[in-house]
Amino acid sequence: MARIYIFKRFERFWHWAQAALIIFMLLTGFEIHGSYALLGWEKAADLHTTAAWTLIGLWLFAIFWHFTTGEWKQYIPTSKNVIAVANYYSVGIFTGAAHPFRATQLSKHNPLQRLAYLLVKLFINPLIWVSGLAYLYYNELGASKIAAIGGLELGSIALVHTAAAFMMLAFLIGHLYLSSTGHTPLAHIKAMITGWEDQDEPAQKSPAGESRARAAAAS
Amino acid sequence: MRTGIFMLALAASILFAPGAHSASDPATDKLLKSTSDHTKFKALQQDFASGPEVTKACLGCHTEAAKQIHKTEHWKWEYTSPEGQLLGKKNVINNFCTSVASNEAACNSCHVGYGWKDDSFDFTSEVSVDCLVCHDTTGNYRKPAGLAGNVVTRDMEFPPGSGKILKAIDLKKIAQSVAKTSRDTCGACHFYGGGGDGVKHGDMDSSLAAPEKELDVHMDALGLNFSCATCHMTKGHQVPGSRYAPTAQDKGGARVRGKEYKTNPTTCQSCHGQAPHKKIAKLNDHTDKVACQTCHVPTYARGGVATKLSWDWSTAGKMGPDGKPLTKKDAKGHVIYTAAKGDFVLGENVVPEYLWFNGRVRYTLQRDKVEKSSYPTRINHFEGSARDGKSLIWPVKIMRGKQAYDPVNKTLAVLHMAGNDDTAFWTNFNWEKAVATGMASVGTPFSGKVDFLETESSWPLTHMVAPAKDALRCHQCHKANGRLEKVPDIYIPGRASDHAAWLDSAGWALALLTLLGVLGHGLGRVLVTMRKK
Repeated sequence: MARIYIFKRFERFWHWAQAALIIFMLLTGFEIHGSYALLGWEKAADLHTTAAWTLIGLWLFAIFWHFTTGEWKQYIPTSKNVIAVANYYSVGIFTGAAHPFRATQLSKHNPLQRLAYLLVKLFINPLIWVSGLAYLYYNELGASKIAAIGGLELGSIALVHTAAAFMMLAFLIGHLYLSSTGHTPLAHIKAMITGWEDQDEPAQKSPAGESRARAAAAS
Repeated sequence: MRTGIFMLALAASILFAPGAHSASDPATDKLLKSTSDHTKFKALQQDFASGPEVTKACLGCHTEAAKQIHKTEHWKWEYTSPEGQLLGKKNVINNFCTSVASNEAACNSCHVGYGWKDDSFDFTSEVSVDCLVCHDTTGNYRKPAGLAGNVVTRDMEFPPGSGKILKAIDLKKIAQSVAKTSRDTCGACHFYGGGGDGVKHGDMDSSLAAPEKELDVHMDALGLNFSCATCHMTKGHQVPGSRYAPTAQDKGGARVRGKEYKTNPTTCQSCHGQAPHKKIAKLNDHTDKVACQTCHVPTYARGGVATKLSWDWSTAGKMGPDGKPLTKKDAKGHVIYTAAKGDFVLGENVVPEYLWFNGRVRYTLQRDKVEKSSYPTRINHFEGSARDGKSLIWPVKIMRGKQAYDPVNKTLAVLHMAGNDDTAFWTNFNWEKAVATGMASVGTPFSGKVDFLETESSWPLTHMVAPAKDALRCHQCHKANGRLEKVPDIYIPGRASDHAAWLDSAGWALALLTLLGVLGHGLGRVLVTMRKK
């Protein structure tokens, strides 16, 4: 069985920190929304804000990392194999067909993943950022003389923020489940923890990349 | 080393040097309080036979004082609102004892004057001004109800023939002890509005004479010990902060010495500014929508004195089995029914009601048409809305009641309640006679019929400011059915009624469908794997 190094240290840290923060913010966020009482409103609101700033900080690092390492290219959408991968998850996975995509360092995500993550990064996340910051700085918006944003009702801001939160929740559910679709149910999660992914057959990979990855892992 | 000691001594002398105004002993303390010792004034070293005689003596030095008083609402009991309504105690009808008109002798014991018993009272008389009611420090000054604001200088039986003796007061001693106003002097009337301790306002009663910090953080007798005038800073006897002209929203900052201000000095903001919350800055984001009082007066009637919440006049006049006027008390000993006044509901630690308030109050006056309907008639009505840019969410006491009106002419009734005559309701329990006299006193036609209709009046809450630790917490408003549930046109995070129902339904449906989808998918995989084995 071949092992390849897919997820680098920062990437793994970023993933899990983000996961924890997003789950925590969903929990506190829906409490602020009034869906249930858990920590108490005051605490929920306070921690939600702290977590938001933490996540924004993390995202700034992640964006920097993506651009300096070139990893942003992982999210460029591709039409190649989309149908095949969709076909695999809807049919092949039940018939025991092989996954039409094999992760490599240069291409970690299958075409559907690329699309899904791109959607999160370019649509859901910005929606949450912008509406969340507007929510936090609602008073300052109102005090500004800019009519377009000064006239925003808190209700509309909250509506967008809540809608984005529901989308994030749906993504989280799907994402959690799909993590079980590796060659063993825990394979993807293991890879996200250790960085190394086991693969059934030798993967087609660039030897240079492999050795660099091993060197990085050893360091 | 020497330099070190010198520096230390210098630092100590700066740190511990007395301030410019500090006194070292009680005698100096007393001396520094005033430039006058009123016991030493010749004019006050005499036996006074009446209130006006004292005033005459006061005016001997304070030559312009009465003229200043003549300009106040305390004197005129009259105020014209910006909307042109003629208000003031003299004119309005409330849903407590209803009106001053035709009851002057009783009500006007709280007038800052002597002898206002009917329309013939001379409002230009300087000696009729009552200086002592505000400036007494002995606590012995009394203006008994029924004497039109006059004082008793010789023991007398009152009402005549009742066998009750009103004790004389020592005007000489009182006049020689005058000083600044206090919670006691203001409270002598303002704590007892509506005919008894705490009855009317709910945020003002005798518990504020010497309150603990928990009851009022500013008036705390062992702490800041504010007098009423600390906030109601008078200028030439004009007392600001009347609820007839309230400041609902003060956008100004904290006041600075030496600057001239034309605005109301009684607002919270005039000392605390717009961003008073240092520890939790987010709270400052509330000050553009929520009055300070909404969070900082969490409940009213907190000092152990119950306030009246409703008053049903229509049941008045019942006699007990003994043929005497009936009185009922509740388990706590509060009077909840008297033949003279009808049924009451009283409350302590009452949660306020909340509404948008822009400072304008519209009154239903005696000549305004009223109609019996399923809605109560609003005796006064606080105007405001989320969108007028002038309103804040205010806590109010809503007083509910049923009171007499003329069902034919459709006007509120003026009741002649008190008096030693045949028509006074408290003497004869006859509505028609009492209303006829009352209406005649203001010159309004009366059909001869009396009916009762439901009324409501609103009272702003601003006293009984609790310490920060007892202020409302976030979750008391940020939840479904919280304190502000009924306040319209504002989005309050956590208040379920603000949610877009479609979004919540669609959002949870999306999450649920995703969950069902992946569970179904997973189940399929499990089944396939099992079949293979």
